Amino acid sequence: MSMNTTDFVMTPESQTLSVLVENKPGVLTRVTALFSRRGYNISSLAVGPTEHPEISRITVVVDVDQRRLEQITKQLNKLVNVLKIVQLDARATVQRELILIKVTADNSTRTSVLEIVQMFRAKVVDAAADSVTVEATGTQDKLSALLGMLESFGIREIVKSGEVAIGRGGRAITDRSLLG
Amino acid sequence: MTGQQMTGAQALVESLKHAGAEVVFGLPGGAILPTYDPLMDAEGLRHVLVRHEQGAGHAASGYAHATGKVGVCLATSGPGATNLITAIADAQMDSIPMVAITGQVGSMFIGTDAFQEADIVGMTMPITKHNFLVSSADDIPKVIKQAFHIASTGRPGVVLVDVTKDAQQSMTQFVWPESLDLPGYRPDPRPHSKQIREAASLLMEAQRPVFLLGGGVLRGNASAEVTELIDVSGAPFVTTLMARGALPDSHPSHLGMPGMHGTVAAVSALQRSDLIVNIGARFDDRVTGVLDSFAPNAKIVHADIDPAEISKNREADVPIVGQAADIARALSDELRERIAADDTRDYSTWWNTLNMLRENYPLGWTETEDGLTAPQKVISRIGEISGPDSIYVAGVGQHQMWSAQFIKYENPCTWLNSGGLGTMGYSVPAAMGAKVGQPDRVVWAIDGDGCFQMTNQELATCVIDNIPIKVAVINNSSLGMVRQWQNLFYDQRYSNTELNTGHGSRRVPDFVKLAEAYGCVGLRCERDEDIDATIQQAMEINDRPVVIDFTVSADAMVWPMVPAGVSNDEIQIAQGMSPEWERDI
Repeated sequence: MSMNTTDFVMTPESQTLSVLVENKPGVLTRVTALFSRRGYNISSLAVGPTEHPEISRITVVVDVDQRRLEQITKQLNKLVNVLKIVQLDARATVQRELILIKVTADNSTRTSVLEIVQMFRAKVVDAAADSVTVEATGTQDKLSALLGMLESFGIREIVKSGEVAIGRGGRAITDRSLLG
Repeated sequence: MTGQQMTGAQALVESLKHAGAEVVFGLPGGAILPTYDPLMDAEGLRHVLVRHEQGAGHAASGYAHATGKVGVCLATSGPGATNLITAIADAQMDSIPMVAITGQVGSMFIGTDAFQEADIVGMTMPITKHNFLVSSADDIPKVIKQAFHIASTGRPGVVLVDVTKDAQQSMTQFVWPESLDLPGYRPDPRPHSKQIREAASLLMEAQRPVFLLGGGVLRGNASAEVTELIDVSGAPFVTTLMARGALPDSHPSHLGMPGMHGTVAAVSALQRSDLIVNIGARFDDRVTGVLDSFAPNAKIVHADIDPAEISKNREADVPIVGQAADIARALSDELRERIAADDTRDYSTWWNTLNMLRENYPLGWTETEDGLTAPQKVISRIGEISGPDSIYVAGVGQHQMWSAQFIKYENPCTWLNSGGLGTMGYSVPAAMGAKVGQPDRVVWAIDGDGCFQMTNQELATCVIDNIPIKVAVINNSSLGMVRQWQNLFYDQRYSNTELNTGHGSRRVPDFVKLAEAYGCVGLRCERDEDIDATIQQAMEINDRPVVIDFTVSADAMVWPMVPAGVSNDEIQIAQGMSPEWERDI
């Protein structure tokens, strides 16, 4: 498994899966180990609790064609702790990532940096004499554009969450999962 | 028992009984010691003390294969558990229902590199259907119930249950749970009637259909239903290595085994077919050869209990998910109706071709050049003398392929082998397990001299526990299948394949003496004219295991063969000899 942290451009084959799993020890390992064992590459992974304490949600982005994705889904479904898998359609989904960027900014460049921060509706969460730390959320495209703009000032460090995604509209994919 | 106060260890033994276990193959050690105490006087639960944990695993697997019940093996933590790994991977690959129970160090010690600590749950995650770490006595009954359920339903497989020592030692109130509480496990899909109708349509249209039967027919206990389907259809069928015996070899529509060492008729039928109806096989690379050139003109109906097998290797035109028996029954009914309504099928040209292939290219062997016995002859005679009610358990290699080819299987679950993983050393312990499960049947371990040396310590178990298996060591003094590849593809450079056990060698070890040292009867057969009498002699000994050292030629090779990495069209019937397609088709 490689966690791709520098290339923010999603390929046309990027697919987002929401995997609802039992909130038990070792379940994340089972899911990620399955990807590596079957030779599938994960480009992004995020995991956290849901509105049901016994259920966790894993959002995983993979770069594969539809046939391969079907095979992944089938193999994931065989894991006993996996409750439900939903392939999210990018057009009907809100996708977000969070990024923290430590960028060089002294008295001569700080204002320019802050302009960019404002333009992207990002915010400064820490500042020092020679740097500011910027927090931003958004789609991969937006964060990628932000990074592009800040690059010339000198990026010292970035950290990025995996993508989380939720379907648009009133329906919840967790609705019926409790029924098994 | 319900409501009774007991230790976790007692609850474990009680749970095994509740789950229906009758036999446990195992070997004690520190972290599983608490469980061995109540096991000592557990009524209705036999423990077979093996000499190596791998033997326990294969024995449980052989038991499960021969009986259809869940096999159970038991080992301690650390090396006890890791010794099970090969057997677990083996059983999982062949979809054998098995529960492996291991002791684990106390929960307070986990993660400290304690003595005999190994993360067996982590290690077996990729080679089990599911596994559990149990660190509370209260959880033991529920987990054992879940383990047996998961192992035996859907596509069967292995479930490992790792139980910490403190969970075994602490007190609990025994409750056998009513429900399973497995919200993410839905093992029993029903075949879709639309898919059944589409499959029937393809069968009505096809001119050259073939049924490809796999191990799923046996695991799904579907022999009767599939036989009916094949009889209704009138199309030919082939049985994969894992499906030998699923339908009788004597069935007139049977073309033999497909794949790397399959019959010319079976391999060619698949290659030339316009429709393959696959029931419970997984288009394994040993069956398909180079995938791109496999059955290039065939549409595919793929029926499997495991949806992930469908379109994994070969894209299916009609996927059917469900139990083999349900699918076969539904498809038979649909087909019968269609045939009654309007039947324009004519398989006569197809059958003419296939019959000609069967006739021109039967399985066979040539006499050896060194004058030593042909191993195929030994195996063939064992099958003929012992008959189709016996169980035959092979190791891995040439003798395995010859056993698949030259023994006539007429009954389900009479052929056991390590198909997927290809585990040398499977034969003796698996035969032991099969004999425990089917004590009234004759059980033959047909083994190679290489395989036999990997696990023959279980002969001690067989003698002490009165498990009278018969072992035929097909002794060609070498790692025969590797030697065959060296002969064919490495200019006869026999790198590290000579084992010095056979004719003209130092005979290290001497298998007859070894057998006798274990308290078995040891026999040796070196001449063709003694084969029958030696087998007969073994057939008459039923009070202890028999080991026959059949000294055979090292030059015999397994034919037909599709060399690795080429199309099935390149099948060879002997070295450098391909069927004469131009003439024959």
